[in-house]
Amino acid sequence: MTEPIQTPPVPAGNGAQQNGDALLRVTGLVRHFPVTRGVVFRHHVGAVRAVDGIDLSVSRGQTLGLVGESGCGKTTTGRLLIRLDEPTGGQIVIDGHDVTHLRQGQMRPLRREIQMIFQDPYSSLNPRHTVGAIVGAPYRLQKVKVPGGVRKNVQELLELVGLNPEHYNRYPHEFSGGQRQRIGIARTLALRPKLIVADEPVSALDVSIQAQVINLLEDLQNELGLTYVVIAHDLSVVRHISDRVAVMYLGKIVEMADRDQLYAKPRHPYTVALLSAVPVPEPLSSPSGQRLRRERIRLQGDVPSPLLPPKACRFHTRCWKAQEICRTVEPPLAELIPGHRVACHFPENTAPAPAGVAGPTAGADA
Amino acid sequence: MAGSMLEVRDLRIHFQTDDGTVRAVDGVSFSLDRGRTLGIVGESGSGKSVTSMGIMGLHHGTNAEITGEILLDGENLVAANPGRVRELRGSKMAMIFQDPLSSLHPYYTVGAQIIEAYRVHNDVSKQAARQHAIDLLGRVGIPTPKTRVDDYPHQFSGGMRQRAMIAMALSCDPELLIADEPTTALDVTVQAQILDLINDLQSEFGSAVIMITHDLGVVAELADDILVMYAGRVAEYGSAADIFGRPDHPYTWGLLASMPRMDRARITRLVPIPGTPPSLIKVPSGCPFHPRCRYTHLTGGRCDTEVPPLREAGTPGHAAACHLTAEQRRQQWDALQAGKVPGEAEEPVSQGPVSQGPVSQGRAEA
Repeated sequence: MTEPIQTPPVPAGNGAQQNGDALLRVTGLVRHFPVTRGVVFRHHVGAVRAVDGIDLSVSRGQTLGLVGESGCGKTTTGRLLIRLDEPTGGQIVIDGHDVTHLRQGQMRPLRREIQMIFQDPYSSLNPRHTVGAIVGAPYRLQKVKVPGGVRKNVQELLELVGLNPEHYNRYPHEFSGGQRQRIGIARTLALRPKLIVADEPVSALDVSIQAQVINLLEDLQNELGLTYVVIAHDLSVVRHISDRVAVMYLGKIVEMADRDQLYAKPRHPYTVALLSAVPVPEPLSSPSGQRLRRERIRLQGDVPSPLLPPKACRFHTRCWKAQEICRTVEPPLAELIPGHRVACHFPENTAPAPAGVAGPTAGADA
Repeated sequence: MAGSMLEVRDLRIHFQTDDGTVRAVDGVSFSLDRGRTLGIVGESGSGKSVTSMGIMGLHHGTNAEITGEILLDGENLVAANPGRVRELRGSKMAMIFQDPLSSLHPYYTVGAQIIEAYRVHNDVSKQAARQHAIDLLGRVGIPTPKTRVDDYPHQFSGGMRQRAMIAMALSCDPELLIADEPTTALDVTVQAQILDLINDLQSEFGSAVIMITHDLGVVAELADDILVMYAGRVAEYGSAADIFGRPDHPYTWGLLASMPRMDRARITRLVPIPGTPPSLIKVPSGCPFHPRCRYTHLTGGRCDTEVPPLREAGTPGHAAACHLTAEQRRQQWDALQAGKVPGEAEEPVSQGPVSQGPVSQGRAEA
């Protein structure tokens, strides 16, 4: 394992999970991509509202899962969090540092604290570099002097992620997809970051390999006290890996709660529909052997364009509970019960719980 | 099972390459009746797509060496001349591909592509074919098909493109429909729509469907029978209830244990299959799964020398290629259900100084 490297002076939190000890805090984060017309005289004709005002915080040592369908802005959010992209508005505070508008050079020291795991293990590794060069690159780029030398440290990292340290001089093409993802993870860990943003870390991998990488991420979290933001569309994977889960729809967070709470009692209709759409590996058949389909909520149509998102509640065009108020008043992300925030006028699963803090509730409905 | 609509007997598809012979499919047999759905499951490189392309006659003109028999209503497609297979392809059997964006031609309207497919096999006027295309688009749930028929593929969303692909595949009322990962590129809510659509269309047209996927959830939703493939061979074959209720092959066990599941209480740790899938050039001797199998010590060393035949173990119609006796399988599966995994008794991980994993390992009653 690498020895501690000189990092900016920050409180040496050992990863306790006290409430309020947030490593990452995001408020009102906005990213609009301008849409322009014209070649000589470019004028703005609109904006893709990829991320449109989201708040979240992640406590030390915890895992936040960010789920949603393609185009909901989850990847853009991830890129903003580690400042691969410039936010249009809002604030990002990492470990007490406001990083919202830092320039690239100013960002560099902080890059040791925050790292990213990419989705595609085939395109995120340079095919012309050896594994040693890839995993050692963070040391070179950050001009970090590591005791024992880069090679020794890289080999330790390879061992940490379950690769053979002898493979130091091999090239990415000699490895399978799962092994490449491990190489990417080793590179991520080189500088001992505190926060890791993982964008679909296992979606390119086969099921049996997925489990290996998920277990590895969990072991590393336990050993090194890492904090994760895991972006994924696979709701089963997110349930497995996360402590807290945020559901995004068209650039907004529509629901955020602790994992068990969210999966047991989802309150936003979109979350309910999303969970019911997941195919269950348990065939249903009638006593006569006839195959049956599971009852599920069928959402109609596709996600609307983020260029012109629906007014007020963005889900109202596909929601089966939508009423007049949903088309006119945007529901706030309200804390219905402690730790469970929902942006809906008519949340589900509210009957027995002491709910009804915000907005009119529809009472007991299916 | 005489008289099945599709019978595949001892199919072998090998490719000669500079590195050696790739045994992509190595002795696969199955049969399929009208109105039934067969799910073929396996990881990448297990030969599931090569099998389906072999049935469709799409290896013609490549260096594939195909032996064995593919009987479609008694007609052997392996021995048939390419012209005859071409006649059948599209009319009697059709295929839906994984990526609808790259399987639709970007220069032609969606309508033109459906019309072309229809007119190749049917002697009808352009107007009649166009009307047929509009009907089909409406049938697969494209809104306002009269205008959308003249749209280009890029004007369709991912889900709509897959619907258009299905419309094209159905244009000649095929009796056999092969869907190769039809929903892998889609979001869960859209995936649910497409699976519903395939299911509805099958009951309406009574065609036989082969559903190729790596997602056990998807096959559990749709398939009557399931073929689990590993390294070009059949590992297990049986009804959906058998495969999910009482699987008989350690590879199937591994697949089931390595997926996080939303329909069960959350488990603390996934059980991955160790290692990686083998190269199809150097398939391991004996049982191709033995280097990754946790049960080889139970068979007295036969696993790495003898290829296990695919044979029925307990229930008729449920066969597995494994040297374990029926009694051993029952014991091992029950042990696995009880959470006991051989060789994983102690957790070798988290010997690190701090351990601050998720505190609450509570369970959701989802």
